[in-house]
Amino acid sequence: MSPKLASPGRRLLDAFAGPHGIDGYLEQVDPLLVSDQCRAEVTAVERGTEQSVTLTLRPNRAWQGFRAGQFVQVAVEVDGALHQRCYSPASPEGRPELEITVKRHPEGLVSNYLVDRARPGAVLGLSAAEGDFQLPRPWPPSILLVGGGSGITPLMAILRTLFAQGYDRPVALLHYAPDPARAIYRAELERLAARHPSFRLLRSYTRAPGAGELDGHFSPRHLPQSEPRFAEAETFACGPPSLLNAVRETWAEGLEQRLHVESFVPPTLAPAGEPGEGAIRFAGSGVEVANSGASLLEQAEAAGVPAKFGCRMGICHTCTCRKLTGTHTNLITGETSSEPDEEIQLCVSAALGDLSLAL
Amino acid sequence: MTTTLTPPPSPLEAMTPEQIESFGEEMDAIRQRLLADRGERDATYIRRMIRAQRRLEAGGRALLWAGVFPPAWLAGTAALSLSKILDNMEIGHNVMHGQYEWMNDPKLSGEQFEWDTACPADQWRHSHNYMHHTHTNIVGKDRDIGYGILRMSEEQPWKPYYLGNPLWAALLATFFQYGVALHDLEVEQPLGDEAERAEKRKLAKGIWEKVRRQALKDYVLFPALSGPLFVFPLAGNATANLARNLWAFTIIFCGHFPEGTHEFSEEETEDETRGQWYHRQVLGSANLSGGPLFHILSGNLSFQIEHHLFPDLPAHRYAEISVEVQEACERYGVPYNVGPLHRQFGSVVAKIFRLALPEQRPSVSLGLAGAGGAAARLGGIAKRAALRAIPGR
Repeated sequence: MSPKLASPGRRLLDAFAGPHGIDGYLEQVDPLLVSDQCRAEVTAVERGTEQSVTLTLRPNRAWQGFRAGQFVQVAVEVDGALHQRCYSPASPEGRPELEITVKRHPEGLVSNYLVDRARPGAVLGLSAAEGDFQLPRPWPPSILLVGGGSGITPLMAILRTLFAQGYDRPVALLHYAPDPARAIYRAELERLAARHPSFRLLRSYTRAPGAGELDGHFSPRHLPQSEPRFAEAETFACGPPSLLNAVRETWAEGLEQRLHVESFVPPTLAPAGEPGEGAIRFAGSGVEVANSGASLLEQAEAAGVPAKFGCRMGICHTCTCRKLTGTHTNLITGETSSEPDEEIQLCVSAALGDLSLAL
Repeated sequence: MTTTLTPPPSPLEAMTPEQIESFGEEMDAIRQRLLADRGERDATYIRRMIRAQRRLEAGGRALLWAGVFPPAWLAGTAALSLSKILDNMEIGHNVMHGQYEWMNDPKLSGEQFEWDTACPADQWRHSHNYMHHTHTNIVGKDRDIGYGILRMSEEQPWKPYYLGNPLWAALLATFFQYGVALHDLEVEQPLGDEAERAEKRKLAKGIWEKVRRQALKDYVLFPALSGPLFVFPLAGNATANLARNLWAFTIIFCGHFPEGTHEFSEEETEDETRGQWYHRQVLGSANLSGGPLFHILSGNLSFQIEHHLFPDLPAHRYAEISVEVQEACERYGVPYNVGPLHRQFGSVVAKIFRLALPEQRPSVSLGLAGAGGAAARLGGIAKRAALRAIPGR
């Protein structure tokens, strides 16, 4: 979304078009015409591997650009409901189009949908770009990138931005993938390495030993081969938690300031706890309490967080609130959901483990 | 007056507690099945409705711009009337119930939706979704019983003001959007302490803002576009608002006031179980029979019973579940009140006239109540005591 101050002309139009606003009519002509919501049309779909899809997106005029390394929340409609997922654009900064690559997670609702069914012409929702994981200005004198799995995507944005803008200082990439067939952006990385002598590309295929320049999971012994002065390089690491933990250990003693990390965890794999476990975070109020297992409405009230309510039986939706993260269960139906960014009814929902609310 | 007369048994006590809970479980099962089936079909449906409404509105206003030509005026007024009816009933009312919240689309969020009528959406959500739907037909709690200005239940004590019942009803129907807008303000209630007054001032400000914006659009901005011919769109817009008012009043008053619907006292509905709540919703609501277009234009409030059982499920599904609900009601002996519009509305009008006058003294009025009127005028406690005295109950 792009918060904008309405111009007098716009306000007049909205007065004519009230209460739905001019966008409520424009979107019937073309969903991209709205100016209060960032949306993008899929203009190209490339299924690079069986396990991933690369989408080219053309955002509407509400899009305000991004810094290489940042992520956006992409809203995808699956069976009538919008689901938000974070993706890091892999395209360079400053282009009108965005590129995202989605890797299939075995149980991922959105990733499976996109890998199997994304088609040109589809319209997706976009958030503004977020995240501190971004290329600093001015550019550092040497850069080390460490990426695993789909964690390569923000690093691609960084590499493409650097080379598009003539960066000629040393850059190295340690790229981890199960095997060459599942290494996202393999061909393009090889082309970049061939074209730019300052770029060292080192691959490790964890399930195909010998196929890359390195072998096995990340370990400090991979470093001297990539960037002898890694301690001086500004380092950007992105990938699954196991990779990032190993990287963090290596950069522990006094090198932390040089390390930037971005964790890619499939949200559906967020562990669900038991009723009465974990903590409830009321993000809007800055309050955190231990989860008692009672309904979220009762817990908000006990914590002194002002919550609207009505029927207290799941009928009137007065207490509806956005769950940011966590797993909740419906106390009437017993259904559970780990979907992030979801509207839930506080009076009939309880947390299973850690849960965070917009309240 | 003879003391041997017993009041008619409360319909709430027509089933054993076990039967009521089992009825409630069946209703929950229907709800569960529909929840599991909710998906693309429902999203497509509501988007189609919104698309139809936006097109009708744009087309209607364009035609009314040229409203100096009679066919354009007629077609424009008809299109705008339909647009407002769709917007308020099938879209606004249902979206604001949270029926499409699961779609996670901010434009269809029950909390954010605003509709094309004088009542501010946030106030509506309180007076309707909470007050009316939780306390359906409980006299003293559900302000939809007469909207604070009409006498729609024998349980409301008569006073001479109600001699005007038919007149007040006609005025409410004509200016229905303003009646609904003032609903949450409870103007008929005495002013309370300073905090309460401040709260009411806030509500009044919200209503004024919304009324002003709506009036500006329909009675100033769009007419102004037609320059010296402003009177045509002005008259068209006013007619569309009136048509929507009369239609909404008719449909809504057929929801809970036709002959055979029941009202309840606060005492008899205290500490209700979920099963009892479901039971009360059926007893207090009435359906309208008709074709698919009629159901759409009524916002599927023609399935008032299903709506009150499942207020937050997509309303276009009520038709398909009404078969199961009706079948369950038959099995449990719960009266399922359904009839065509002319019959149901006819009985509402009759009630409006009948309740303009005070009831006869108790000896006669008990006879009236026995003839199918609402619960007797005895308090719930007295009634329960009387019921306990009946052998075998």
